[in-house]
Amino acid sequence: MPLDAARIHARLAERFGDAVSAPAGQGRDAWLEVRPERIADVAVFLRDEPDLAFDCLSNLSGVDYPKQGHIQVVYHLFSYRHRHWIVLKVNALRDDPVVPTVSGVWSHANWQERECFDLLGVRFTGHPDLRRLLMPEDWPGHPLRKDFVEPQEYHGISTSRESLLKV
Amino acid sequence: MQELVDSLIASGLLPDTVPAWAHYLAAMLLFGGIVVFGFVLPIAGITTWVERRVMGRMQSRIGPNRVGPAGFLQWLADGIKNLLKEDIVPRAADVPLFKLAPYVVIVGFVATFVVLPFSGDLIIADMNVGILYVTSVTALVVVGILMAGWASNNKWSLLGGIRSAAQIVSYEIPAGLSIFPIVALTGTLSMQGIIRAQGPHPWQWFLFDNPFTLCAFVVFFVSALAEGNRTPFDLPEAESELVAGFATEYSGMRNLLFFMAEWGNLYVIGAIVTTLFLGGWQIPWALDGQPVLRNVLQFGVFFAKAYFFVFLAIWLRWTLPRVRVDQMMTMCWKYLVPIALVNLLGTAVWMLVFPEGVPAVRWLLTLGAGVALLAFFWRVRHHVVAAGYGLKQLSFNPLATRRVEW
Amino acid sequence: MGLAGFEVEIERSRNGGGVVTEDMTLNMGPQHPSTHGVLRFVVRADGEVMKSAVPDVGYLHRSIEKIAEKVGWHGFIPYTDRVDYVAAMFCNHGWAMAAEKLAGIEVPKRAEYCRVIADELCRLHSHLLSVGSMAMDIGAFTPFTHAIREREYLNDLFEELCGARLTFHYMRIGGVGWDLPPGWAEKVLAFLDRFEAMIDEYNRLISYNKIFVERLANVAVITAAEAIDYNLVGPNLRGSGVRYDVRKDDPYSVYPELDFEVPVGRGEMGTLGDSFDRYIVRMEEMKQSCRIIRQALRQIPKGPVIAKVPRNFKPPAGDCYVRLESARGDMGWYVVSDGTAFPHRCKIRTGSFSGISIIEHVSRDLMIADLVAVIASLDLVAPEIDR
Repeated sequence: MPLDAARIHARLAERFGDAVSAPAGQGRDAWLEVRPERIADVAVFLRDEPDLAFDCLSNLSGVDYPKQGHIQVVYHLFSYRHRHWIVLKVNALRDDPVVPTVSGVWSHANWQERECFDLLGVRFTGHPDLRRLLMPEDWPGHPLRKDFVEPQEYHGISTSRESLLKV
Repeated sequence: MQELVDSLIASGLLPDTVPAWAHYLAAMLLFGGIVVFGFVLPIAGITTWVERRVMGRMQSRIGPNRVGPAGFLQWLADGIKNLLKEDIVPRAADVPLFKLAPYVVIVGFVATFVVLPFSGDLIIADMNVGILYVTSVTALVVVGILMAGWASNNKWSLLGGIRSAAQIVSYEIPAGLSIFPIVALTGTLSMQGIIRAQGPHPWQWFLFDNPFTLCAFVVFFVSALAEGNRTPFDLPEAESELVAGFATEYSGMRNLLFFMAEWGNLYVIGAIVTTLFLGGWQIPWALDGQPVLRNVLQFGVFFAKAYFFVFLAIWLRWTLPRVRVDQMMTMCWKYLVPIALVNLLGTAVWMLVFPEGVPAVRWLLTLGAGVALLAFFWRVRHHVVAAGYGLKQLSFNPLATRRVEW
Repeated sequence: MGLAGFEVEIERSRNGGGVVTEDMTLNMGPQHPSTHGVLRFVVRADGEVMKSAVPDVGYLHRSIEKIAEKVGWHGFIPYTDRVDYVAAMFCNHGWAMAAEKLAGIEVPKRAEYCRVIADELCRLHSHLLSVGSMAMDIGAFTPFTHAIREREYLNDLFEELCGARLTFHYMRIGGVGWDLPPGWAEKVLAFLDRFEAMIDEYNRLISYNKIFVERLANVAVITAAEAIDYNLVGPNLRGSGVRYDVRKDDPYSVYPELDFEVPVGRGEMGTLGDSFDRYIVRMEEMKQSCRIIRQALRQIPKGPVIAKVPRNFKPPAGDCYVRLESARGDMGWYVVSDGTAFPHRCKIRTGSFSGISIIEHVSRDLMIADLVAVIASLDLVAPEIDR
C-alpha cells in the first residue's frame, strides 16, 4: 500500500523523533531531512519495516552548497513492494563531510558512495572499500566541488592547451 | 610417382648415370615444390578470398571487391602487404621460440600434402601408412601453437595456446577412432588404396556403406573442425575474448603464416574426408588410353568434393557461435569418444555379419541422403520466396557486386 | 595506474601431489574487443575459472555533470547525447523532462508523441546493438552484421529526422527540435513491416541455437532480491522476473495512452534471472517497441512541436528527480536549480552503473568466457558508467 511523504514521516517520527524533519517540498520531490549520524539507522528502519519496505536505493547524489556551508547527500528510495517513494536529505559540514554508510543496507550504495567520495569528498564511515572510482587514485582534490581548482598538470601532462586559434 | 620416374629413365629422358634413388629424390622434391608453391600456398590464399566473399554474402554485405575482378587478388595484396610489414618481436618474449613457432605450425600443415592425392597418378608419395602419417604430422601444430602462446609472454596468448593444445589433443581421439572403421573396411592405411576400394557412384562410397560409417563421417568432420581451430571450436583464437589468442603478439608475415595454416588446413580436412568417405577422385569412366584427360577429370572431381567441405566449414563458421572450454571438452570426451567407439565396434560387427556389405543398405542410405538434400533445397526455396526476393536478387551469390536492396 | 587498490593475495595451494599452484592475475584491459567500451577488469583466475573480477572504471569519465554547471540549460542538451551515445534520445528526453518539471512547462501533445516515437526507435537502435554485440561476443559474427544492417535503416530514418546518426540532439526544453519530415511516417511504417519479420529471423538464427543457449543459460543467475538490492533496472531487472517498467508503473509523456506489454524473464531455457533471460527480454522488447511506434504514428495529433521557452531559461530554485525508461532501464535525473541560467547540480543515475557494480558479486566461479557473456547480457556501455 503506497504511503505518501507525510505518513512516512509520521512512522519515522515515532521512532526517531526529531532526527527526521517534517516533509518539505511537494509531490514526488517532497524530502525529509535526516541528521547525518542517524542516517544508517533510518535506512535500516525504512528497509525492514513491513509497511515501508524500501528495498531499493534508487539514487544517491551529493550536492555542494558552498553558500550554506554544507554538502548535501540526497537519497531517493523506492519500494517495489508498495510502490512508494521517499527522498532523504542529509547535510554534512562542508569542511569535513562525514556521513555513515548505508552500503550495508542496500548494495547499490557501495558504488554510489564511492563516487560521492571521489567527486565531492564525503567520507562514508563504515564503508568496506572507500576509494576513488572515476578519477585516478592519486588525483588531488574533489572535482565536483564548487571551489575545485583544476591542477595545472598531472604526472607531467599539462591540463591546459594553447588555443588552437592562435596563429 | 615411382613408376613415372622409372618409365622416364627407361625411355631415356633422364640420364641413368645418376643412381635411381637420386632421381626419385629429385622428382619428389620437384613435385613437392610445385605442389607447395603452385597449389598449397595459392589454395590457402584463395580460400581466404572464398571465405571473405561467402562470409560477406551471408552477412548481407559484399566482401572484398576492389583488388582484381570481384576482389580475387585481395589475398595476393594481403600477402605482399604482410611481407613488407615491420617485424615486431615483443621485448619480453622468448625470441627463439617466438620466431620458430609459426614455422612449426606451417610444417605441420604442409607436410600433410605429401600423402594427399590429387588424382589417380598424382600424389607425391603414396605411403603405405598414409592416413596414419597425416594424423601424426598434424599433431605438430599443437607444439607450434603452444610455443606461440608461451613465447609471447602474454597471459592471454598463454590461455589461447593452452586451450588449443587441450582441444587438438582431445579431438585427435575421436578423429582417429573414426578413421579406424574405414581402415577396417579396406584393410590398408594407404590413401590411394582407400580410394581404390571405393567407387565413383555415391552408393559405392564408404559414407553410405553402413550406418556406422555415416556416423563416423559426422564425428570425423566435427573433430577435424575442432583440430583446425574453426568455429564453433575457435576458442584458441576467440576474437572476442582473447583478441587473437595465441597469435596476439604476432604481426606481419608470422601472423599470416598462422592463418595460412588455418585456411589451408580446411582444404586438408576436405581432402581427407573426401578420401575416406566420399570416394576420392573416382570417376565413372576408365579412360585408360587418355592419361591426361583422366587425371584432369579425377583432379576436378577430387577438388570439387574437397572444396565442398571447405565451403561447409566456412558456412558453419559464420553461422554458429563458439562453445566454451568446458563444453568443448565435455562434447569430446563424454559424447564424441563413446560414439566413435560404438562406430568402430559397429563397423567391425557389420563386417563380420555381412562380409560383402549390404547393397540394399547402401542404396537406402544414398536415397536418404538424396531426400535430405532435396528437402534442404526445398526449404531454401521456401525462404527465398517468403522473403520476397526474386532470383536476380538472391543474396547468397558470392559474385554479386552490389548490395541487395529491399 | 597499475594494480594500486587491487592488491590481492596470491593464493598458493597445495593439492595432494604436492604441486604448488598460483592464481593468475589477468588484466582484461581498457582495450579489449568485448568490454563494450573502455572498461577494465582485474581478473583473478585459477586457470579458466575466475575467483574474482574487479571492475576498474573511469576511463571514459568526461565530467559531464560538471559541464552542466557551466554551459547552461539549453547548452547542455548536446552533452546529454554523449552520456549514453548508444541511446541518445533518452538522455535528451530526461534532461528536457527535468528542466520542464522545474519550470512547470507543459509540452504540446504533438511534441510528446514525437518524443515517444523517437524514444522507441532509439530503443530499437540500442537493443539491436546490444543483441548484436552479444552474439558477436559469444562468437557468432553473422547476427551482429544483420543487426547492424537493420540499424543502418534506422540510421537513415534518424538522419532524416534530426540530421544525425548517433548523437541526435533532437529534443529541446519544451518539445522537440524539428517536426516529423513529410513522408517520414510512411518510411517508418515500411521499416517496421520488414523489421518485425527480421526479429523472427534473428530468433531462428541465433536466439534458440543450442550452442548459444548453452553459453547463456544458467550463467550469472541474479535473483530478484539481488537485482533490487543492487538497483538493477530495465531488461536486467525484468530478466530476473520483476515486472517493473517506468513506462507502465510510473508513466510519463503519452505512455498512458499507448497499449503495450512488458516482457519479463520466464527462465525458459535455464534458471530465472540468467543471462539468457536478460537477452530474450530485449528481443521481446523490440517487438513491443514496434507496436508502440505504430500506435503513436496513428494517434499523433497536429499542433506545435515546441512550447514557448525563453532563450534565457531560468527555472525557479528547487530540485527534482525525473525518471524514464531508457534502453538500459530506469534512468534517473536529479537536477538542482538555483534560479540562475546555469544548473546547480545535475546527477545522472544510469542503469549500467548498477550493472557493473554487480559484476564482482556475480563473477565468482564463472569462467573467463562467461565474464564476456555476462558483460554483454547486462548491456553495459562505458559512457553511461563513467559519464
